[in-house]
Amino acid sequence: MIKHRYRINNVILRTVAKLVSLIILTLAVYLFLAGHHSPGGGFVGGLVLASALVLLLIVFDIETVRKGIPVDFKKVAAFGALLSVGTGFGALIFGENFLSQAFDYFNLPFFGKTELTTVMIFEAGVALVVVGVVVTIILSISEDE
Amino acid sequence: MNNLIAMPMMLPVLTAIILIFLRPYIKIQRTISLIVMIANIGISIYLLQLIQSNGILRLDFGGWEPPFGILFVADSFSVILVLTSSIVTAICLLYAFSSVEKSYEHMFFYSFINLLVAGVNGSFLTGDLFNLFVCFEIMLLASYILIAFGGKKGQLRESIKYVIINVISSWIFLVAIGYLYAVIGSLNLAHLSERIAEHGQTPIITVISIVFLTVFALKAGLFLYFWLPGSYSVPSTVVGALFGALLTKVGIYAMFRFFSLLFYHEPAITHTIIGVLAGLTLVGGSIGAVAYKDIRLVASYNVVIAVGFILVGLAVSTQSSLEGAVYYLVHDMIVKALLFLLVGTMIALTKETKLDQMSGLIRNYPLLGWMFFIVTLSLAGIPPLSGFIGKVLIGGGTLENGSYILLALAFISSIFVLYSLLRVFLSSFWGETIISKDEEIPMKKGLLIPCALLTIGSIALGLGAESLSVYIQDAAQVLVDPQLYIDAVLSSD
Repeated sequence: MIKHRYRINNVILRTVAKLVSLIILTLAVYLFLAGHHSPGGGFVGGLVLASALVLLLIVFDIETVRKGIPVDFKKVAAFGALLSVGTGFGALIFGENFLSQAFDYFNLPFFGKTELTTVMIFEAGVALVVVGVVVTIILSISEDE
Repeated sequence: MNNLIAMPMMLPVLTAIILIFLRPYIKIQRTISLIVMIANIGISIYLLQLIQSNGILRLDFGGWEPPFGILFVADSFSVILVLTSSIVTAICLLYAFSSVEKSYEHMFFYSFINLLVAGVNGSFLTGDLFNLFVCFEIMLLASYILIAFGGKKGQLRESIKYVIINVISSWIFLVAIGYLYAVIGSLNLAHLSERIAEHGQTPIITVISIVFLTVFALKAGLFLYFWLPGSYSVPSTVVGALFGALLTKVGIYAMFRFFSLLFYHEPAITHTIIGVLAGLTLVGGSIGAVAYKDIRLVASYNVVIAVGFILVGLAVSTQSSLEGAVYYLVHDMIVKALLFLLVGTMIALTKETKLDQMSGLIRNYPLLGWMFFIVTLSLAGIPPLSGFIGKVLIGGGTLENGSYILLALAFISSIFVLYSLLRVFLSSFWGETIISKDEEIPMKKGLLIPCALLTIGSIALGLGAESLSVYIQDAAQVLVDPQLYIDAVLSSD
């Protein structure tokens, strides 16, 4: 009975969560792209992104979220770390110092003059590590029950 | 610029990450880990030669020049330690292949070994204070997990103590870095050294140096070693060997670097304190080594004695004592790994941990027994084994300096080392054979070969001391004359 009532109470939360998680994800992308020159970046962006996932995990149950996002978050973290470390090694191919980064300005259709940098790849790696680690921690805590 | 300098740290990091994807393939994990360690051995030998011909090398990450960017600096002292840690880890990995349980290997065991090595090598190579903190943390985080592998009751008890001690000391470390940055305004070691020399080592800087000393004393087990014997005796054999061989050495390395490069202007205060602490460590370690019957604890207290012994070299700080200390560091990394592996093998074969519950093992496992005997002699400093030269040089240094109390304590502690290990040898290997031929657990080749390799290493280090002395003198030279280090880092190339 209790479980049943619990479900009814959840409707508003679920509806709001669907909407809010979209806003959070947008903010995450914004923070991620803002990084490098102004406050933001891969770590913060990743943390906000992970919070959207955590919200979904709390509102819906783990099974539903797993079905929706069928990835192993440990692998996500490892892939992120590989990406970040990989940019460090990438510099070696061009005969530069380890961890050297490059940037240039490009004229993209729609965006206009845009700065594209290799730091972006590094930051994307950081973001993935944060998402992977946070979700893994939350999942392993919840499995204890 | 030489990107090879980053490899001893970055190759293990990369490997650790790749191994996560290769979780089900144990054989591939083993092979890759071993290949990386062997590659590191090759790289560090090459770097040593390069330093001989080109002087101290540095690598500015991302091309940011010092003092603004983070950099790695490779001088003979760091590269010798990187080389030794790579050799020890490679051999410990060989031992791990035939001793570590399958379930550990599935739980990212080799990833964490790689990360541990990355942290250790990074700490040896970095030329930046905050980066040193980060490398310490990488090493410690990996060690928190490795110490608890297996999840036995004793391990969890000791690992909680270990984690708390290290979190607190890391916190003090961070605070000390903050103080130093507030006073001097730089984090680059060479730049710090230059500025301290310019402004003089004011009392506030001396106080900060003592805060650093406290941190490293906790990490290295200098006087503040109360946590060490417990933590080092609970993990599985390979992990114990790596801890005994590598972890305290990083703290010792940091003390050598700090008190030879940064805080060398007030030796009457700082070096005297180090001397007193080293003396007390020798006394406490010696008492511990003869007090216990658990052979793992005896081995752990031998680690403590060695810490005290090496720091006698720093307290005296003459050219010959520093040479002796570098020599003894290398010797101790090899021999402590061997001691822990032998002790672990004895426990694995007899299922006992107390020395009076084993007897007559020499009948069952003669080679193991004789290797234990060699390790005992080597640790006691009997020529021509590897402990001898280090002891002679450090002894010579204390004589030059007139520190007779430290000299006496250092050599009396050697007698305690000899006694504590001979006691194990006499009661476990000699005497009546308890295990009959058909009950005896067969000795695996995979356990014996790594021990034999380390034993050969100890003998080779003793006999080949002459050929190594070029590098060791070079290492001590930089410790005596910090200007060499400063010039190499702050010159623009």
